[in-house]
Amino acid sequence: MAYPKRSKDEIARRVASDIHDGAVVNLGIGMPTLVANHLGGDREVVLHSENGILGMGPSPRAGEEDYDLINAGKQPVTLLPGGAFFHHADSFAMMRGGHLDICVLGAFQVSATGDLANWHTGEPGAIPAVGGAMDLAVGARQTWVMMELLTKQGASKLVRQCSYPLTAIGCVKRIYGDLATLECTPAGLRLVDLVDGLDHESFEALLGLPVARAAAAAKGRA
Amino acid sequence: MIDKLATSVAEALADTPDGATVMVGGFGTAGIPNELIGGLIEQGARELTVVNNNAGNGDEGLAALLAAGRVRKIICSFPRQADSWHFDRLYREGRIELELVPQGNLAERIRAAGAGIGGFFTPTGYGTELAKGKETRLLDGRWQVFETALHADLALIKAERGDRWGNLTYRKAARNFGPVMAMAAAKTVASVYDVLPLGALDPEAVVTPGIFVQRIVQVARTATAAGGVPNPEPAPRGA
Repeated sequence: MAYPKRSKDEIARRVASDIHDGAVVNLGIGMPTLVANHLGGDREVVLHSENGILGMGPSPRAGEEDYDLINAGKQPVTLLPGGAFFHHADSFAMMRGGHLDICVLGAFQVSATGDLANWHTGEPGAIPAVGGAMDLAVGARQTWVMMELLTKQGASKLVRQCSYPLTAIGCVKRIYGDLATLECTPAGLRLVDLVDGLDHESFEALLGLPVARAAAAAKGRA
Repeated sequence: MIDKLATSVAEALADTPDGATVMVGGFGTAGIPNELIGGLIEQGARELTVVNNNAGNGDEGLAALLAAGRVRKIICSFPRQADSWHFDRLYREGRIELELVPQGNLAERIRAAGAGIGGFFTPTGYGTELAKGKETRLLDGRWQVFETALHADLALIKAERGDRWGNLTYRKAARNFGPVMAMAAAKTVASVYDVLPLGALDPEAVVTPGIFVQRIVQVARTATAAGGVPNPEPAPRGA
């Protein structure tokens, strides 16, 4: 069966299309940062950075970097008009206090009911590092994951139960992948959209998991 | 008369004992008090417990303190980075203890210490390895984990401007952990680029009030902008 996978940039565009005007959003390190490239247009979206920035803007032009103004990935960024700086406890109060509308994170694995594993492979000798992942996962009003759905070996990253150490239980609401967009519910996965050329049964076979059909409303939209 | 201005980094850090718990501000390239860390290496205190978001980058600053073998334990959220080779080596050799703390718990445990709060319940980390063995409670319909306050003997922070009462302002994202660490330590030493006369800092813009600061040390301005240009904003009038 021939089906085109969504590129990282296409997944980022798909995520961005679901972010509403006025949303306050935290984009995790790695693939989620690509979402910022697709937030243009009439929408005003406020980006939060864990190290104390609201209203984060794009990368500066070459030669205009300021190393007191960096994002969570330690890359130079800019500040938009209206932006603000604050200390770390306030920054994490924004997450933990439920003030962020959406966070978009990468993942190693997500369970069908929304458990997230994205901080540690648990391999012997691996040095663990958690950063703000656990705070974001439980604190944002909605936690979305953006990832390729299969490993390079073809194993599904969507699983019945995570084998990697957990970041948080039942926190993931949506998964934006290269093959599909899905929702995690207490009853398991539900399809939102699927790439052209891949039928539902084949997709379930790739994941090795049952996936409920897209809700009528989502179908109508597609 | 209150005068918290130290004549040198060495004077400000002279009484640091072996075994001290030292909070060090900074996140990535922003807000790292390199001159103060250098002073701590010179001063020679050993068996330190260090609290920082990371575990040292490259060969300078905190990484140099680790490389000098002065740190017994590090409490941080994100030790593993592309350039954390000194920590990586010490950790793999079993020569440094690591307490890994989710970043929000780290900030809030520090804030709690500064605010006289013994501990707090939070949903962060519930059901994960980092909450193993900790007390849990169902509060507001969510399972939460008990986390204790994190105190320090000494905090080293980088600020932008200060006055002799210890009032501080910061610059951009260099603020990060500075204000909460200043509250949590028995003694806080802040480096500043400019020392202003009392009253010259806009009281509406003071971020860390002097009550949380014991010593300030003026250090030579280092450029944080590309191309080695000093910070773009001019010093305020009256400086």
